[in-house]
This record gives sequence, structure tokens and C-alpha cells, in this order.
Amino acid sequence: MDVLVPLPVAIPLIAAAALTATGHFLGRRADDLVALAASAATMVISLLLVFQASDHRLAYWFGGWRARHGLALGISFTVDPAAAGFAALAATLMTASLVFSWRYFDEVGTLFHVLMLVFLAGMCGFALSGDLFNMFVWFELMGAAAYALTGYRVEERGPLQGAINFAVTNTLGAYCVLIGIALFYGRTGALNLAQIGNTLAGQKPDGLVVVAFALVICGFLVKGAIVPFHFWLADAHAVAPTPVCVLFSGAMVELGLYGVARVYWTAFEGVPGAHAGGLTNLLLGLGALSAVVGGVMCFLQRHVKRLLAYSTISHAGVILIGIALLTPDGLAGSASTVIAHGLLKGGLFLCVGIVLSRLNSVDELVLHGHGQALWATGTLFTIGALGLAAPAPFGLFLGKSLLEESAAEHGYWWVAPLVTAVTIVSVAAILRVAGRVFLGLGAAEDALLSPEPDEEREVERDPERSSVLMLVPTALLILAGIGIGLVPGLEPHLQHAADVFRDRHSYVATVLQGRIEHGSVGSLELLQLPAASVAWSLVSLFGAIGLAALALCRHRLVPERARRRTHALAGGGLRVLRSVHSGVIGDYVAWLTFGVAAVGGLLAVVLR
Amino acid sequence: MTRQLRIGLFALSAAGLTALLLWSVAGLPAFGHYHERYGTLLKKVAVSERHTTNVVTATVFDYRGFDTLGEEFILFAAVVGVALLLREVREEGGHARRRDRLVSDPVGLVGIGFCAALLLIGLYVVAHGAITPGGGFQGGVVLAGAFALIYLAGDYRSFRALTPQPAVDFAEGLGAGGYAVIGVVSMVLGSAYLHNFGPFGTAGTLASGGSVPMLNLATAVEVTAAFVLLFTEFLQELPARSGES
Amino acid sequence: MSYLPYALAVWIFVVGLYGVVTSRNFVHLVVCLAVTQSSTYVLLLAIGYVDRGTAPVFADVPTGTRAVDPVVQALTLTDIVVSVTVAALLLALAIQVQRRNGTMNPDELNELRG
Repeated sequence: MDVLVPLPVAIPLIAAAALTATGHFLGRRADDLVALAASAATMVISLLLVFQASDHRLAYWFGGWRARHGLALGISFTVDPAAAGFAALAATLMTASLVFSWRYFDEVGTLFHVLMLVFLAGMCGFALSGDLFNMFVWFELMGAAAYALTGYRVEERGPLQGAINFAVTNTLGAYCVLIGIALFYGRTGALNLAQIGNTLAGQKPDGLVVVAFALVICGFLVKGAIVPFHFWLADAHAVAPTPVCVLFSGAMVELGLYGVARVYWTAFEGVPGAHAGGLTNLLLGLGALSAVVGGVMCFLQRHVKRLLAYSTISHAGVILIGIALLTPDGLAGSASTVIAHGLLKGGLFLCVGIVLSRLNSVDELVLHGHGQALWATGTLFTIGALGLAAPAPFGLFLGKSLLEESAAEHGYWWVAPLVTAVTIVSVAAILRVAGRVFLGLGAAEDALLSPEPDEEREVERDPERSSVLMLVPTALLILAGIGIGLVPGLEPHLQHAADVFRDRHSYVATVLQGRIEHGSVGSLELLQLPAASVAWSLVSLFGAIGLAALALCRHRLVPERARRRTHALAGGGLRVLRSVHSGVIGDYVAWLTFGVAAVGGLLAVVLR
Repeated sequence: MTRQLRIGLFALSAAGLTALLLWSVAGLPAFGHYHERYGTLLKKVAVSERHTTNVVTATVFDYRGFDTLGEEFILFAAVVGVALLLREVREEGGHARRRDRLVSDPVGLVGIGFCAALLLIGLYVVAHGAITPGGGFQGGVVLAGAFALIYLAGDYRSFRALTPQPAVDFAEGLGAGGYAVIGVVSMVLGSAYLHNFGPFGTAGTLASGGSVPMLNLATAVEVTAAFVLLFTEFLQELPARSGES
Repeated sequence: MSYLPYALAVWIFVVGLYGVVTSRNFVHLVVCLAVTQSSTYVLLLAIGYVDRGTAPVFADVPTGTRAVDPVVQALTLTDIVVSVTVAALLLALAIQVQRRNGTMNPDELNELRG
């Protein structure tokens, strides 16, 4: 059944080419149908691959070029449960987005659907690949499609700026990856991840290996929107069409972090040896910083899509924390967070899309109270937000609890309170939006929130959109995200996936020696509810609700003097934070250079 | 951030980055002394296994052919993206009519001559990709250059007349999809995706390399169509000239 | 002396970055990105160079003649296509920016901030 492996990439690509070739001759619904069919097929095949990979890791050699005496001649797709799971997540989100955008992007003929299909192929290819340069190629493919999709609304200035910022920063990130690849090739003579790892293992890292690794992970961290590489994300999300934002926040950003984890555990794991703790500390620092900056900036936004974008940055930081721990449970926690967050954030973005379509605005203050007629959307939005607060046993709970437990076990006691605090702030912002828009709570003015250019409509001609076609994918995504933790056997399967992901020797055996190692998970037990995690989850849930209420009603609840004092204390810092996010590309690139130099320097220090 | 602050931050970071990069390249093998197994093995076996004398083409279209699929689609996505970004938006009103430039007859004649030469050269480069330096990408760009020459030496109308949108879109889709479908054909024949099939012929002749010439051709079609589309999109942005006789 | 080509690649990379950071015109920015990318070409090809080696094309020389590494050449080819891609997309965006904003200066494009 190895024949399924190339299909998640081949099917969307062939469909995209077919649409381009025949677009002028086909009927109007053809592009919607073909794109949806291709995406749904990719989703089904990826899910089948997940089940297959759960039994044994698959190594598929393109062109039939198997490894010869431990030397990889061709390009391999190495499918383990995590890789297939990622492809499945991307395909699921794409299918939901395509249903949502049914008939919506007609005005550009086939262009929108072609780009979406190519984007899907890029994501699946990146997730499944076992060759470093091949990963770079799919990374660039994702990028090319994404930059164009971000700039969709060319008649306004914002999308152009967002697309340019996105394109320039991510391209520079890709160049960093490429230099890293060149350096790795110069040292190991290989592009295959398993072979690179084999050659580097056990040797003391010298300048070349350290800097090459730093460059590769910095490039992927640009995609993963980690501070200080994160500036592009909010700009891109604020302006891209909603179905595209679903994929950005739900899968693309997480793929950057997946890239970091994949490169570490296949190519670099044998290198640090005793110094792995230093690497953990560095990545933990970056993750924590992103989580905090994302959370705070999230709270200060008025443009709902930009708010959700900063929330994604915050969750990306949490996912990086899970990876940084370098433990099985930490990794399993990150995987679970990726899945739940992707589904919930996708659903939240679709809700915003419905609001934009019906009410022609995404500005929280402009929308004040106008959403009361959209009760279904409001309910789904609120449920989605609460799911992000990780209330046991729903939503992000499984991921959060695995992560916190693992951190506590290894002495990082500060992770649980930090993650909870960040969750409180970012979810409170989303609940605040829900309260203001759908329930009409709070004042119509709020000095805390920054003025942003509003978005009036996504497409030129807005056909009367079917509510069913918009609500059904939204509801499915949100309910799936909420209920994911309740799937029997999910926790042991995630832990098995994490174990397989971390096992470098078995990876090398499968890829270079063709050995098939079976190891399945039979258990179907439900997720565990450790007391500490449940306690933290209650804190985050009620903290978020409380903070949202405070934000909405602070004019009534908090006396004038206290408000003025906090404003004086925190105002300066918030102003600086805001001004750093200037929107100017030169600033972003300066920060990117700083980030690469800093990460490289710190890695050099901790790994020597 | 003010400009000075930005430049200051960059200067500091660039100094650190330069130091790190110089430290890392010091670990590379000295220039000219590269002896690694991957390239060495390919040089040894490509001619005998695949009967292609151009080892780079064998690498691009056979050993690492899957990368080339992605690369082709990157170009494809970029061109579709440019078409999306430069599209006419309704509120801008009608398409301003492009005034044709007047070129003298000698320029036109020479242009047509060169155009013919470019087409031939392009086709030659594509066809001999497996034998001598060249291939789908290189030949495709030369072929697209022939179309650009039609605009340069002739006029915009001739250029558009020779490159009707449905035909170019079809060619692009055919080229890109063709590559991917050839890979599927390999699967249908029972081997892995993009496994080289077909008679390998004799090395050094036009009929060699198995499916490599086919992939070459598909790539050339796609690259030509992609660049023609790019030219079309960008040329449409030229403002109409006024006041020409 | 034998590391000079690599140092050259580093220099080109940093200079290109400087150009991007200080750019006052979008077209200039796109060209600086291309310069930054060309540093990757130099690095890749310099790594693959074999002393007194010829191109890995054995049409007119016997197989087994000393030749440079073909893999980096394939990588560079892909790299060039990527560069074209990004340049095309960014130039298209620059054209639209000029149309909407009337300016080509990146510093003046600040609709999105905070």
C-alpha cells in the first residue's frame, strides 16, 4: 500500500494544472468542484496514511532510487504518524475552507483555487519529506502560493503591504535555510536527513555544524512566527482572505515548528550530547518570549483577524516550548496542541469570515452589538474561544496537560503558570470580542485598542452566500477541535507518534537500510486527567472569562484612579511594544538579522 | 523605529552574523578539494545506468526528479500569483488601449530573423538536454525570449495575437501537469513515482535517457508558457502612450 | 586563500541584507533580495568545485574525467527558479503599490501597524 505516499502531493498538483489548462473551457462550478474533490481526496488518503504509519514508518523512494550502501541516491518521503497527521490536518482545513469559499472567489476564474491547491501540495510535501533540500522546495512552493493569496485584494493598500512583508521576511528565512543546507552538504555530502544525521552523530559540533543548524532552524522559525521573526504574521493575517487565514494559522505556521523538530530529531540529535540542556533553554526562551509577546499584543488589537493572528503567535510559542523540552510527553503535548489549535483557530477564522460577509467589518468597536442577529456564529465563536482556554477535557486540554506535566517533571516549574497566564490573556481577548460583537457588552469606545484599517468586504461582487455552506464547515471544525481530546486512544497514539518521531536510530534503519519495524498501539483508553493539569485548566478557563469581563466592564468595575495608575505604569511599555510592530519592512529585516545572529551566537555558546 | 535605530540594530547584528558565517565556512573543505560520495557516485553511474551523458540533467530529472516537480510548480504558482495580483479590478475602468510603437522596417526584419534563430536554438537546447549542457529550463527560457523579441521588434498587438490567453494557459497546465502525470505513469507501470521508464537508447544520441527527454519537454513547455504569461502580465501594465502619430 | 570564495558568499549575503534594510525603493529592494540569493549560488557552486575539474557532461570527454559535483549544480538550478518566482511576485506587488499609494518607498507604506 505504499502507492498512497506520493498522492497527497501529486493529486493537488495535477488538479491545479488541469484547472489551469482547461479553465477557459469549463463551466463556472468546475473549479470549485475539482478543487474540493482533490482536497477531499488528499484528506482521505492522508488519514489512511496515518493509520498505515501508526503500524510502521514508511520510506518511499522517488524514482525508485533506494539507498545504496547507506548512501541515499534519490529523494525519500519518510512517513511516520506525525508527518501523515500533519498532511491530514492541512488537507482537512483546506477542505473546510474550500466548502466555505464555495462560489465566493468566482471573479478571478480559476486563479484562487489553483493557488489553494498548490498551497496544499506544498504543505503536504513539506510534512512528508525526508530530504532536507526537498523540504526547502516545498517550503518555497507554500510560500509562492501564500504570498499571492495574501495580496488577493489588490485594490487596497493593506493587503499589498501585508503580502510584501510576508514575502520578504519568509524569503530571507528560506535563504537562511538554503545556506544551512549548503553547509550541511559541504560537511556530510548528503541531503537526506537520515544520512546527515548518521554522518554527524557522535562528533563534537564545530562552527560549521552549529551555525548550519542555527540557520536552518531560524529559517523555519520565521515560518513558525517565533519572536523576533514573527512580525509578518499579523500583517499577513489582517489582510488575507479568510479561507486563506484558516490555513495560515491552522497549518502553515505549525509546519515551520514541525520543520524545526524534524531537522533536530533526524539530523542533529546525535550532536549536542551532554549540551542538549542548553539547546532546551534557548528554545524555551524563544517560545516563552513569543507566547508572552503574542498574548499581550493580542489583547491590544481591535482588528479581529489581527487579534487572532497574535493569538496564533502566542500558541506557536507554546508549541515551541513543548518541542524545546525534548521529552516524549512534551512533543506529544505539542502535537496535540497543533491539532486542537488548528481546528479551533480555523473555526474561529471562519466565524470571522461569516461576520465579515454579513456585517462588512472586522473592527471590534465598529461591530459593537451588531452581531446579535448572528446567534449561531456567536455561539460557535464563543465555544471555540473557550476551547482554546483548555477546559478539561476539551479543546487544548490534552496538549496543555502533557506539556505542563513534562515540564514539571524535568524541573521547569515555571512553564505551567506561564502557559496558563498566556492562555488567559489571549483567550480573554477573543472572549472580549465575542462579548462586544455578539452580546453588545462593553463600551463602544476603548482607548486600549489600536486603530487599524478596517476591512469592508473580501470580494468585489458579494453573492448572497448560503448560510449553510458557511456554517457547516465552521461548526464541524469547532466541534472537532473541542472534542478531539475525547477520541478514545488519542493520548497513547500521540505518545507513540512522539516516540517514533524521536527515534533517530529507527529512522535511519528504515530509510537507509530498508528495515520495516512494526510497532502498533492497541490501547483505546481515554485521556488522563491529572489533578495538577485540571487545576491549571480551571484557572485558565475562569481567568480568561474574568479578564474578558474586566476588559469589557472596567469603566464600571474599576475606579478611575486605579485605571489611570495602571495606564501610567503600563502605558509606556505597551507603546514601545506597539511601535516596534511598525509595519515597515526594513525594521522587520533588521530584527530578522538580529534574531539569526542572536540564535547563532547563543547556540555557539551553549553547544561548545 | 527610526531609520538610525534600524541601521544601528542591523549593523550590530550584521557584524555578529558575519562573524558566525565566516566561522562556519572555515569548516568547509578547502575550495577545490571537495570529495564527497554523493556527487562522485552520480558521476560514476549516471552514464551507464541512464545513458545520459549530461550528469546534471540526469540528477535534475531522474535522481532528484521529484525536486524538479516542485520547482516547476513553484514557477507555475508564481505565474498564477502574478496573474492574480496584476488582474484588472472592476473600478479601474476599461483596459486602456495599448498604442503600438512604430518600429522601422529593418528593425522588424532583423527581429524576425533573430526570433527564428532563437526558436531553433531553444528547441535545440531542449532536445539535447540529456546529452550536452541544457535542458527544459534553459531551453524554455530561450524559447520565451523568442516571444519577447516579437514584442520588442514588432508590436504589442502581434505579441498578443501570437499568445492567446487560453492557449498559453493550456500549455502551462499541460507542461506542469504533464510532468506530474508522467510520474503517475511510472506508478501505473508498477514502480515508484517518477521512476525512469522507457527504452534508454544509446548515450550521446537524442534518443537516450528513457523518460528524461519527456520530462525535459514537459518542463520546456511549462517554462515557455510561464514566461510568456509573465511578459503578458507585466506588459499589460505599461501605460498607453498618447500623442504618437 | 582557499576559503576566499566562501568568504565572498558571506560578504554578498550581508551586503544584500543591508540593501534590503536600508532600501528606499521597492524595485531596489527586490534587486537586493536577488543579490542576497546570489550569495547562495556562489556558496553552493564553490562547495562543489573540484580542482581542475570540468563540467560533469561526458558527451565529448570520456566518462571518469575529473569533473565538478553535479548535485550542487542541480540545487543551484532550483535556486535560480525560486529567485525568479519571488522577484516576479514582489515586482507585481510593487506595481500595485505604486498605483495605490503613489510611492515606491517601503518606509512610507505603514497602513498596518501595532
